[in-house]
Amino acid sequence: MTRSFDIVVVGAGPAGIAAACAAAEHGQRVALLDDNPAPGGQIWRGPRTAHRDAVSRAKERWLHRLQQNAAITSLHGCRVFDVAGDGLLAAEQNGQRVELRYSKLILATGARELFLPFPGWTLPGVYGAGGLQAMVKAGLPVRDQHVVVSGSGPLLLAVAAYLREAGARVAAVCEQASWSRLLRFGASIAPTSRLWQAAGYRWRTRSISFRASCWPVAAHGSKKLEAVTLSNGVRQWTVTCDLLACGFHLVPNTELASLLGCALQQGFVTVDALQQTSIANVFCAGEPTGIGGLELSLAEGEVAGLAAAGAIHAAQTHVPRRDRLRSFAAQLATTFALRPKLRSLPEADTIVCRCEDVPWRTVSQYTGWRTAKLQTRCGMGPCQGRICGSALNFLLEWTPDSVRPPIFPVSIASLAGPTAPAQAERSAIQEN
Amino acid sequence: MTDTVRLTVNGRTLAVPTGATVAVALAIAGDACRTSVSGEPRAALCAMGICFECRAVVDGALHQRTCQIVCRDGMEVRTE
Ligand SMILES: Cc1cc2nc3c(=O)[nH]c(=O)nc-3n(C[C@H](O)[C@H](O)[C@H](O)COP(=O)(O)OP(=O)(O)OC[C@H]3O[C@@H](n4cnc5c(N)ncnc54)[C@H](O)[C@@H]3O)c2cc1C
Ligand code: FES
Repeated sequence: MTRSFDIVVVGAGPAGIAAACAAAEHGQRVALLDDNPAPGGQIWRGPRTAHRDAVSRAKERWLHRLQQNAAITSLHGCRVFDVAGDGLLAAEQNGQRVELRYSKLILATGARELFLPFPGWTLPGVYGAGGLQAMVKAGLPVRDQHVVVSGSGPLLLAVAAYLREAGARVAAVCEQASWSRLLRFGASIAPTSRLWQAAGYRWRTRSISFRASCWPVAAHGSKKLEAVTLSNGVRQWTVTCDLLACGFHLVPNTELASLLGCALQQGFVTVDALQQTSIANVFCAGEPTGIGGLELSLAEGEVAGLAAAGAIHAAQTHVPRRDRLRSFAAQLATTFALRPKLRSLPEADTIVCRCEDVPWRTVSQYTGWRTAKLQTRCGMGPCQGRICGSALNFLLEWTPDSVRPPIFPVSIASLAGPTAPAQAERSAIQEN
Repeated sequence: MTDTVRLTVNGRTLAVPTGATVAVALAIAGDACRTSVSGEPRAALCAMGICFECRAVVDGALHQRTCQIVCRDGMEVRTE
């Protein structure tokens, strides 16, 4: 089935929602699609609550604005896996292939957590930091569970506060960045502290022990997690816990942008002042252009949506706010830069590629991603290297391989489509 | 609308909060989602559809990312 729209927005997080609303309010017929079962992306995941904090209020406002707009077709549980031709994307929804034709495309594919391998990280009970938060938002009870939150990034405090509110006993929050970096960061964001709601979390996390320059070195347990060993570089100690929430900040989802041929710089999608990529009818907003949090994703989404709708003047009015927020993104990157010591986290038999169970001993013999992949199957499993590739990018400074379709595993039926792929592509090009 | 849904996980009936994902149901049941190629138990990691560690059989469909699927009454889930 092929459906045609003026604008297709991939990703229904804050950036995608803002882009879709802005474009639809300027007369465009918009499709907003997301792999998740509901709109909201990472931060606005889960049921709508009566919470009165800034994040919930913004969520309510934007979801309301989205639902009010009849010009937006929302497609959920729908993920784009390939480029089917010029101005045509291939997606899968409910196991079926859907083709989406667009005049303009807005990529708002967000970011994922960076996971680093250490002994025991494959045990059930070890989650990402945002990962555990997402599980709790999706109904996992954590009351009276002992949890250690660790890794890096402003997300850790947000997650710790959230878990505590859900009744968990947060034994410790361990941030690998040093106090001196954190203090510099804290001072600089004070005027814009709505971002990441940093200040607001302080009181809630007051009775939680927060350690800087501290990271996990091993998770223990037979069939599931039972304890975690932490280190501050000088000494190590072990904490008993039921759950470990561990993520080392975020990496952008740039696979679709790469597949389309958009230019990237240092791992991020390059955009101009109006969020246009190196391809004229493709725009990009939110985390793929730089990790900057909610407010920046919203601002970029509005600029991209308006610019794609041809409302250039209106788009320009949001530019100064967006540029202010971008300076915050740069500070995030320096504050939470990973310490080189974390490169020694994996031990010889630590699994690096979780899909194919390839240990560090084997992977680290190779000099680059391509040969390691061919020789060891590292990164050849269903996650297509999204977990181990990002880790190896840090651990061994391997640059990622070029992206090949499908960017997500799909059924053979979806892959082939109604016609053979080559034929589909030809007819798509002719129609344009 | 009731506030729980009932499904079976590896043959056992389980009630979970409405809106819970299948990955959550598996965690509540205490079951790992899959066994890795070298025989290790694995469960959800990212909870956002990226890592594929939460794969299980949902209503007969193999290799489903259970973190992206919301539980429905009568659903049958098996671990891989
Ligand atoms: C778990 C988590 C918690 C966070 N908590 C906070 C917080 O408390 N405060 C804060 O300021 N920031 C937080 N962040 C950072 C957060 O990413 C941003 O604030 C904001 O959500 C980014 O919005 P976005 O729209 O750019 O991306 P996202 O919210 O990541 O949305 C991107 C969406 O694109 C979808 N997608 C990607 N690829 C495809 C595809 N091929 N097909 C279909 N859909 C696709 C994804 O499913 C996702 O829903 C959090 C991040 C994570 C990962
Ligand atoms: S937990 Fe990672 S894909 Fe489901």
